[in-house]
Amino acid sequence: MIAESFPGASLLRIDPKAETDRIVAGIRDIVFNQLRRRGAVIGVSGGIDSSVVAFLCARALGSDRIQILFTPEAESSPDSLRLGRMVADMLKARSAVEDISQILEGAGCYKRRDEAIRLVVPEYGENYKSKIVLPSAYDASRYSIFSIVVQSPDGKTRKVRLSPEAYLAIVAATNFKQRSRKMIEYHYADLLQYAVAGTPNRLEYELGFFVKNGDGSADFKPIAHLYKSQVFQLADYLGVPREIQERRPTTDTYTMDQSQEEFYFMAPLEKVDLCLYGKNNGISVSDLARLSQMEVQQVERMYQMIESSRKVAHYLLSSPIVV
Amino acid sequence: MPLEMASVTQQVRAFIVQNYLFDRGDQLTDDQSFLESGIIDSTGVLELVAFLEKTYGIAIDDDELIPENLDSIDRISKFLKSKLS
Repeated sequence: MIAESFPGASLLRIDPKAETDRIVAGIRDIVFNQLRRRGAVIGVSGGIDSSVVAFLCARALGSDRIQILFTPEAESSPDSLRLGRMVADMLKARSAVEDISQILEGAGCYKRRDEAIRLVVPEYGENYKSKIVLPSAYDASRYSIFSIVVQSPDGKTRKVRLSPEAYLAIVAATNFKQRSRKMIEYHYADLLQYAVAGTPNRLEYELGFFVKNGDGSADFKPIAHLYKSQVFQLADYLGVPREIQERRPTTDTYTMDQSQEEFYFMAPLEKVDLCLYGKNNGISVSDLARLSQMEVQQVERMYQMIESSRKVAHYLLSSPIVV
Repeated sequence: MPLEMASVTQQVRAFIVQNYLFDRGDQLTDDQSFLESGIIDSTGVLELVAFLEKTYGIAIDDDELIPENLDSIDRISKFLKSKLS
């Protein structure tokens, strides 16, 4: 979670009621008028973003016009389904569990990923766990080189730098997870004539923390303009269960527990929030350092990280280009 | 074996131009920052490091993965010189 109060938090403060009213009116207009669909499908992961989107859609369209989906797979944390169900129960919304493990087996997701890991950790086998990590770009000026952390069945862990081939193959394999989930969401959208709600927040949307044609795909994105700490403010206002608000943002993609900071942001989320806000609003490095009580070098490094992430996001965000 | 720095610079330049500039390397100067000009992303750095390790038979530590060593053709040449001397 992000603490309610941190140096610079006032920059990101919103009026949650006014913002909720604005988003709710927007969702209603987009779904009913612009897209002419009868409701919304929301994939709920038990995390803060998808929970807030479910609450907003229920408020905008009515609980009887939303379809909540849970898409666990063999490696999902059991907490994801339990917390997701808590959201559906609170909203009194229709929900369905669609286990995507067989789809992933069929596509070779697990097999391809494990073979890729064995390129750098030959002994990697059954009952091993793993996650991809990046060094902190916040504390030191170094390149974001991906490593894999593996845990053997006896609990021993080790970290190995990935080769380019292994990294690309692992990511390409695990991306089946997000793409399979989206396929199920659109299946329900077809069945019900609903629109699919996307759940990325502004950090994910602008910095490219999503899978193209996976979780990056949607018909509308109700919180893609909100910084992560603003999503927390809305969650509090909307009454999202406290356990979800206090849960550490996780990717729930790899077999070892992995925070979003480890995989992508490489820095505390509130710092990324502030730096992205600063960059978007033309705040100088020195001013932001003073307002946020960060060191000038830390802000410089974060601004640089944002710049390079945006370059990657450009491809992810681009629509098909007609020649 | 003494390393001919001119040929190192040439090899590194060829690698960068072929993989990240798609053979449009006319504008790339030896002191141009890869980061600032957005030539290489994080996957590219991974490839660059693998290329240097394989081509020159060196091991690059995590601590050495910093812009001072890798952010331009000049810096890479200087870094390789110190690694191989």
